[in-house]
Amino acid sequence: MVQNLDWLFPWRWSLRRLVVAGLLLLLLLSFFSIVRLELVVNGLFLGAIIALGAMGLTLVYGILKFAHIAHGDFMTWGAYIAFFLLGTLLPRLGLSGVGFGPFTFGPSLFLALPLTILALVAIAIILDRIIYQRLRRRGIGTVVIAMASLGVAIAMRGLVQVIWGGETEQYPRLSKPFYQLPMDVRIPPDGLFIAAVTIVLVLSLYLFLTRTKMGKAMRATSDNLDLARVSGIDTGKVVWWTWAVGAALAATAGVLLAIFQAQLYPIMGWRFLIPLFAAVILGGIGNPYGALAGALVIGVTSEVSTEWLNPTYKPAIAFAMMILTLLLRPRGLFGVRD
Amino acid sequence: MSLLQVDKVVAGYGETEILHGISIAVEQGEIVTIIGPNGSGKSTLLKTILGLVRPRSGQVTFNGKDITGMAPERIVRKGICYVPQSSNVFPSLTVHENLEMGAFVRNDDYSHRLDEIYSLFPSLTERRRERAGRLSGGQRQMLALARALMLDPILLLLDEPSAGLAPNLVTLVLEKVIKINSTGVAILLVEQNAREALKLSSRGYILASGQNQLEDRGKALLDNPEVARLYLGAREG
Repeated sequence: MVQNLDWLFPWRWSLRRLVVAGLLLLLLLSFFSIVRLELVVNGLFLGAIIALGAMGLTLVYGILKFAHIAHGDFMTWGAYIAFFLLGTLLPRLGLSGVGFGPFTFGPSLFLALPLTILALVAIAIILDRIIYQRLRRRGIGTVVIAMASLGVAIAMRGLVQVIWGGETEQYPRLSKPFYQLPMDVRIPPDGLFIAAVTIVLVLSLYLFLTRTKMGKAMRATSDNLDLARVSGIDTGKVVWWTWAVGAALAATAGVLLAIFQAQLYPIMGWRFLIPLFAAVILGGIGNPYGALAGALVIGVTSEVSTEWLNPTYKPAIAFAMMILTLLLRPRGLFGVRD
Repeated sequence: MSLLQVDKVVAGYGETEILHGISIAVEQGEIVTIIGPNGSGKSTLLKTILGLVRPRSGQVTFNGKDITGMAPERIVRKGICYVPQSSNVFPSLTVHENLEMGAFVRNDDYSHRLDEIYSLFPSLTERRRERAGRLSGGQRQMLALARALMLDPILLLLDEPSAGLAPNLVTLVLEKVIKINSTGVAILLVEQNAREALKLSSRGYILASGQNQLEDRGKALLDNPEVARLYLGAREG
C-alpha cells in the first residue's frame, strides 16, 4: 500500500536525503549570517577563472592520462602574450585605449584575447609534437610524462622571465568604481566580464562535447582509448583537439586572472596549479562539469576563508580540500564508480 | 585465396611470447570458432589480427592485402571490426552516441544503417538516450555488437561475446551472431561455450599454448571423442 504514494514523491526523496538536504540548508543559512556575501561573490569570480583552467586540465588528464603540470604556466603564457599584444603590438598599430564601457581594459582586448588563444593553441600543439608525442610513441609511462611536463612548466616560466623580466606588470588600464549592490556587496565591473566569458566558454564546451563528432570522439577516447582505436577513431587528431581546447581555456583563464588581479607576474600560473588540481580532483578526474563545480567550490571556500585567515593561506585551503577529497571520496563529487 | 589469412604469426606482450607461430584462415561468409584452454592465446590472436598487438614475425593478409603491423584505426577501414571481451562500450556516452562512434570513419549519411541496426537490436531503440554504463550486461553485449556493425564490416572478430551472461542470454547473443552472419558478414569467434559455438560454426580451430592443435569442420570437432574429452568436458552432448 505504501508504494501507492509514490506518485506524491516523483523525485523519490528518501528520509536520509531529506535530512541531509535540511542540514545543508541550515548550514547555508548560518553561513550567510556569518560570512559577508561579498566574499562569496568574489569567490565565484575566482572560481570561474579556476574553472577555465581546470576544465582543460581535466580533459587532458582524461584523454592523455597524465597530470599536466605545465597547465598553470600555460595560463601565465596566455597572460603574457596578451600583455605583449595589449601593451606593445596593438598600440603600435594604433589600437590602444583603456576604460572600454564599464571595464578597466580597452576595446583592443576583444582582438587580443582571440589572438592569444590562437598563439597558445599553437604552442600547446608544438609542445606535444616535440615532447609528449615522442614519449607516448616510445611507450613511456604516464608518470614519467607528468615529470616531463614539470620540466616544461619550469622552462616556460623561465622563458617568461627571460623575455619579460621578473617584475610585476599590468595591462594598460583605467581604474573604475566598483558596483555597489545591496547587502554590502561591492563587485568590480571586470567581474561581470569574467562571468560572461566563462558562461559563454562553458556553454560552448558543452555544445562541442555533446553535439560535434570530434567532441564525442574526445569523450569516447577519455572513456576507453583502445576501444576508440578499434572503432576507427583517429586518436591522434583527438589528442590535438584536446590540447587545442585545453590551451584555449588556459589562455583565457590567464588573461582573465591578469585582469582580475590587475597584475601579472611570472609565477602567477604556477601558484594557480594547486587550486586547478583541487578542482579537478573534487569534480572527478576527466569530468569537465565536475571540474566546473569543483572550481566554484574551491573559489568560494578559499575566498571566504580570508574572513578568518590571512589571504596567503588561500592555496592551503585548496590543498586541504584536495586532500580531504582524496581521503573521503577519491572518485570526486561527480565521479562514477566503475 | 582466403578472406583472412594468418600465416605463422608470432606475437606477445613485452618479454613474453604468447603466439608461437599460429596459422588460421577465414573464408568469405564463414563462421569460424577458435576454442582452447585459458591462456592459449585466443584473445591475443584476435588483437594481433586487428593490430592492437604487433606481430614479431609472420603475416596477416586480408582481402588479398598485407595488413601485418598496421594500426587498428587503419585496419578498421579495410573492413574488419572487433568486439573486445570486456570494456566494449563507452560507458559515459549514450547508446546512440556509441553507435555514432562505431560509424566514426563514415563521412556519408548512415541513417539507413542506423535504422537497420536498431531493427536488429530492438531493445537498444528504447534506450538510445540512456548512458551505456547504465545498461545491463546482456544489453551492453548487444550494444557492443551493434557498435561494431556500424561500418558494414566484411569480417567481424568476436572475443567471447557470451562471457559472464546468464544461459538464456548466451542463446540470445549466439542467435544474433547467426543473424549477423546471414547478412553476409564473416565471423571469427572466440568462445568459452565451445559446444554451442561449434554447433553454429562452419569450421573450428583448437589452440593450445599458442600453437595450432587441430582444425576441422565444426560438426567433426564436436564428434571427435578426443576433442570432447580434452576441450569440451567429458559430458556427451
